[in-house]
Amino acid sequence: MSKVNPPLRAAKPGEPADAGRRSFFSWMSLAWVSFTASMLAAGTATARFMFPNVLFEPPLTFRAGRPEELQVGIVDERFKDSNQVWLVREGGGIYALSTTCTHLGCTPNWLSAEQKFKCPCHGSGFYITGINFEGPAPRPLERFAISLADDGQLVIDKGRKFQQEKGQWELPGAYLEF
Amino acid sequence: MSQLKELLTSLSPTKLGEAIQKSQIYRSVFRVGVPVSDRKRMLVMLGNVFLHLHPVKVRKSGIRLRFTWCMGGITFFLFLVLTFTGLLLMFYYRPTIEYAYVDIIDLREQVPLGIMREIHRWGAHAMVISVWLHMVRVFMTGSYKPPREFNWGVGVILLVLTLLLSFTGYLLPWDQLAMWAITVGSNMARATPFAGYEGPGANLLTLGENIPLISSTSDARFALLGGTRVGEMALLRFYVLHCVGLPLVAGFLMAVHFWRIRRDGGISGPL
Repeated sequence: MSKVNPPLRAAKPGEPADAGRRSFFSWMSLAWVSFTASMLAAGTATARFMFPNVLFEPPLTFRAGRPEELQVGIVDERFKDSNQVWLVREGGGIYALSTTCTHLGCTPNWLSAEQKFKCPCHGSGFYITGINFEGPAPRPLERFAISLADDGQLVIDKGRKFQQEKGQWELPGAYLEF
Repeated sequence: MSQLKELLTSLSPTKLGEAIQKSQIYRSVFRVGVPVSDRKRMLVMLGNVFLHLHPVKVRKSGIRLRFTWCMGGITFFLFLVLTFTGLLLMFYYRPTIEYAYVDIIDLREQVPLGIMREIHRWGAHAMVISVWLHMVRVFMTGSYKPPREFNWGVGVILLVLTLLLSFTGYLLPWDQLAMWAITVGSNMARATPFAGYEGPGANLLTLGENIPLISSTSDARFALLGGTRVGEMALLRFYVLHCVGLPLVAGFLMAVHFWRIRRDGGISGPL
C-alpha cells in the first residue's frame, strides 16, 4: 500500500481529489514567472541607466559657414577640434571628411607641405581626398553628408556617413557640387 | 617593605604575562590560547576570519620557492599595495577634465612623498607581470587539473580583471598618452559581436531594410565611455570602475580563489 498525501482541502463534488494541490502548483508557477519577469525588468532598467538620454557633446548636425569662405585645394580645419570634421573644397565642389583614422580611431594631422593626412598613432597616411596610401589604415577616411541650407550655409550631418570602399562616395549627399 | 617586595615580584615578566593572558581582553581576542598541539593549531586556522581561507596544513614541498615562484602571493601583496597607495591618491585626485592632469602633476611636485603615484604605477605594472607569471607557473606545474579546474576559471577572470584595472587606470592621468590609448582601446568595443555597432552581427540587428537597432550612441563602446568619444563622462566612468567597481569584484573573487585553494587540496603538489 502506498501512502497518498491528503489533499489541501476537501475536493468539491465533481472535482478530482488532488485539485487543491494542482491549484497550488499553478499558483507557484505564476509566482515564479512574475518573479523572473520582474527581475528581468529591473535588470534591463538598471542596464538602461548606463545610457544617458542627453549628451553634452556637439550635435551631430551643424552649420559650417558659407561655401565661399572655403578656398580651392585648402583643407579647412576650423571644425576639426569642435566637430571632428575637415572641409575640403576642390575644383568641382566640397566634401566633409571625418577626422577619425580608419585604423584605430586616432586623429590624423593635415600636413600641407606634404599634402597628406598623417596619423601620429601608427603612421597611416591619407591623400587630401581621404584615400589611404600608407600605414596600417585598412580603408579611406569616411565622408559625412553635406548640403546647403536655405540661408546659404553648409550643413554637415555626421549621422550619415559615406564609405568609399562601399561605393558610397558617388551617392547624393557625399559631395556638394559648387 | 615586604609589601613593596611583593609588588615588585608580582611585576615580574612571567607574572605580568600570566596576568595579561588571564585578562578578559586577551581571552576575547585569542580564544583558543597558545596553540601547542596540532589540534589547537587547526582551531586557530579555522576560527580566524582571515586565516580560515588558508589551508590548515601545507606540504613543505608544495611551498618550495622553485616550485611556486611565490607569484600568487606576490600578486596579492601587490594588490594590497595598490589598494593602499590608490586610497591615498584618491585624497588628492579629482576625476574631472579641469583638474585630473594638474592633480597628477601636483601629486609629484607639491604633495609630500611625491613617489606615491609612481609606487602605484610601477606596482600596477608589476602586478600585471606577476599575475601572468603566476598563470605560467600554474600551467607548467599542471595545477589547473581536476579538482582545481574551477579555481583555474576563477583565476582567468581575475586575470581579466587585473588587465581591466590596468586599462581603466591608464586613462586617469588624462594626458595625451592616456587619451589616445583609451581612444584606441575602446574602439575595440565597437567590434563586439552583437553589442558593438561595427561588430559582427550588427548588420543583422536592423529593423526592416536599414534602420539599425544599435548605433554609436547605444552600443558597448558607448556604455563604456558614457559618450561617443573619450571625454568627461569616460573619465568619470573609468574612475568609478577603477576605484570601486573592479576592485570590489576582484576582492570578492580573490576570497573565492584563496578559499578554493584550501578546498581543492592545498597550494600545489600532487593530491
